[in-house]
Amino acid sequence: MVDTKDSLPESKTSFWYDPAKRSILYQVVSLLFVGLLGYYLLSNTRHNLERQSIATGFGFLQKEASFEIGESLVAYSAADTYARALWVGILNTVLISGIGIVLAVTLGILIGIARLSNNWLVSRLSSVYIEVFQDIPVLLQLFFWYAFCYEMLPSPRQAIHPMTGIFLSNRGLVFAVPATHPAHRYMCAAFSCALIAVFFLRRWSRKRQERTGRTFPMLGTSLGILLFFPIGAWWLAGAPTAMSMPVLKGFNFEGGLTISPEFSALLMGLVLYTAAFVAEIVRAGIQSVNRGQTEAAMALGLKSGRVLSLVILPQALRVIVPPLTSQMLNLTKNSSLAVAIGYPDFVSVAGTTINQTGQAIEGVAMIMAVYLCFSLLTSAFMNWYNKKIALVER
Amino acid sequence: MELEKKHIQQATQEEIRPPVTIMGPMGWIRANLFSSWFNGLLTVLIIFLLWKTLPPFFKWAFVESLWRSDGTACRDAGGACWSVVSQNFRFMIFGFYPHDQQWRPLLSMAILVALLFYSRNRNHWKKLLVYAWLTGLLLMGVLMKGGILGLVDVESTQWGGLPLTLLLAVFGLTAAYPLGVLLALGRQSRLPAIRTLCIVYIELIRGVPLISLLFMSSVVFPLFLPEGVSINKILRAQVAIILFTAAYIAEVVRGGLQGIPKGQLEATETLGLSYYHTMRLVILPQALKIVIPPSVSILISAFKDTSLVVIIALFDLLKTTQSVLSDPQWMGFSTEAYIFVALVYFLCCFFMSNYSRRLERELNVERA
Repeated sequence: MVDTKDSLPESKTSFWYDPAKRSILYQVVSLLFVGLLGYYLLSNTRHNLERQSIATGFGFLQKEASFEIGESLVAYSAADTYARALWVGILNTVLISGIGIVLAVTLGILIGIARLSNNWLVSRLSSVYIEVFQDIPVLLQLFFWYAFCYEMLPSPRQAIHPMTGIFLSNRGLVFAVPATHPAHRYMCAAFSCALIAVFFLRRWSRKRQERTGRTFPMLGTSLGILLFFPIGAWWLAGAPTAMSMPVLKGFNFEGGLTISPEFSALLMGLVLYTAAFVAEIVRAGIQSVNRGQTEAAMALGLKSGRVLSLVILPQALRVIVPPLTSQMLNLTKNSSLAVAIGYPDFVSVAGTTINQTGQAIEGVAMIMAVYLCFSLLTSAFMNWYNKKIALVER
Repeated sequence: MELEKKHIQQATQEEIRPPVTIMGPMGWIRANLFSSWFNGLLTVLIIFLLWKTLPPFFKWAFVESLWRSDGTACRDAGGACWSVVSQNFRFMIFGFYPHDQQWRPLLSMAILVALLFYSRNRNHWKKLLVYAWLTGLLLMGVLMKGGILGLVDVESTQWGGLPLTLLLAVFGLTAAYPLGVLLALGRQSRLPAIRTLCIVYIELIRGVPLISLLFMSSVVFPLFLPEGVSINKILRAQVAIILFTAAYIAEVVRGGLQGIPKGQLEATETLGLSYYHTMRLVILPQALKIVIPPSVSILISAFKDTSLVVIIALFDLLKTTQSVLSDPQWMGFSTEAYIFVALVYFLCCFFMSNYSRRLERELNVERA
């Protein structure tokens, strides 16, 4: 096999029938083709841009944006630069995808398990849910929830007021939050310390169990640590109790924290849509675990909760994680539909920027680059996780 | 001991019937709804929730609803206003297509449905079917566009509604499939340059949202073209959808290619087949058969994704609905209108996904 080429006399193989040469030719031709196509498109573009006298480059990022953004995690005003506006958009995208992924996975796992329940009603209802929400375009669901928030809920003056400090109206959900105080920063720091402490405690307890067989009440202790640290920090910092209460002023509320209808509709649409797909993945994953595993675990005398957490889930996760990753990425990508209902995510801000500056190529390139980064980061993380839980074969 | 024996004897003489708690409806309810205290609690809770939500919904949707009235009558009624759908039905389905020519998109849709229906049966999967599809698609295009055979020319700016949605999905998938197969073959190729090009393309497209490609089609494509040449908006969106779908098809087909045992490839090498013949006669026929069910899933998601063209202001089904809702007379009845559109999408996707599941089962049985 290897020597066929060498055993043939060189002169007899013509250029066309030498596989090595031919493959080089193919590659050169295809590269040339792609290169020429790119050159043709680029030269057209340059010509068109010159004709319309649009300057290329990212210089516009330093100009004043002069448009407002409804919601922002960082301080922003219309006087800030485009770069700042786009940063606000990126943060909003990260916020909605982060919360969305956590909620969608949680809901999806619940529904996926419910789908396999031996309660007929529960499993029927979850399969109806999965079928319905998978088969309706996510954009339509977003429109539906947005219209629902906007049309069904009353105006701020007639806001639904179930208890002190909570108002629900078509301007969103407004609720009281503790007024800003330095104590909150200490509480955050204390919570991070508590997380680290729990991590090490867990490692220690697992090592001890492997060595001596003695178990350690992990759940209670870690909950205690997680609660005690922040509360202690709060108490040490002077136990501030002042609240920022929402008050109706003119046509809208002031104070408190507002969850806008755009944000809620986007979150609801994305979570409900993605959860249906996650549920199918979880169901398939659990079903892929051989029934004998459950029976063996039960024969060993494990409780049904432990059967699930120690035997079924670790094996099911191997099947679940790869498609779950792609669903997480889908949710992140679908969050770009925010532009349709007016939530200022990255695509929406970039769209406004394109309209105002006419820098279409730079704008679209930035959108693509940002989402590619998200995709690569998420898949890198999930690949690492997948490797961690992969089956270690002998 | 003696007593027990007698007991058993007696029991075997009569026909033993299982207790009522295991057989029949009572037994079914016990096993499926109240098998444990937790299940019982769940059942009661769900029945309570259904009882709270379903009757008011039925009352809203059917009892107090209006089906053929105008907007003002709807505002006075308490129930659902289905009139928003029935009174604007033709506009929602056909968009701005000239009123007296609307039989043409209707006929195109009928051809599409007939083709889909004919293709359901696997006995019809022959070469003839491919030609039937190509002719059908061509015919649909001609019917929509007109300009020949005495049909009035209809500008594509007037296309809209459901036919546009279907056209974008079906033409998108038809054109994306060959491209996707080529990309998949390229990704499996031994030539490093071609493999790299394909991988970069596939991963790049799969990493970005469709919306960014649609933005590109509406603002960047025109810049790519030489001066004086312009392509209409629908075609540009269609190109974006094709480029997008092709990357996903490539991944599905790659799955099929990887499922072919290596022996097949070695056998073709022994027979001395060229690369083209190996793929055309041996590998692709098997690989493509494996990937039929996932391809139907791609068709479903392509069909759903066409709704995104709303964002670049094409008048597909969703956009026509929205423009009805922006009419002051029908403002505020979004729930009803969106439920209708959701129903259209749901029915289409439901049939396709059911079909794909059935197909998967049949093909699995065949292989096993």
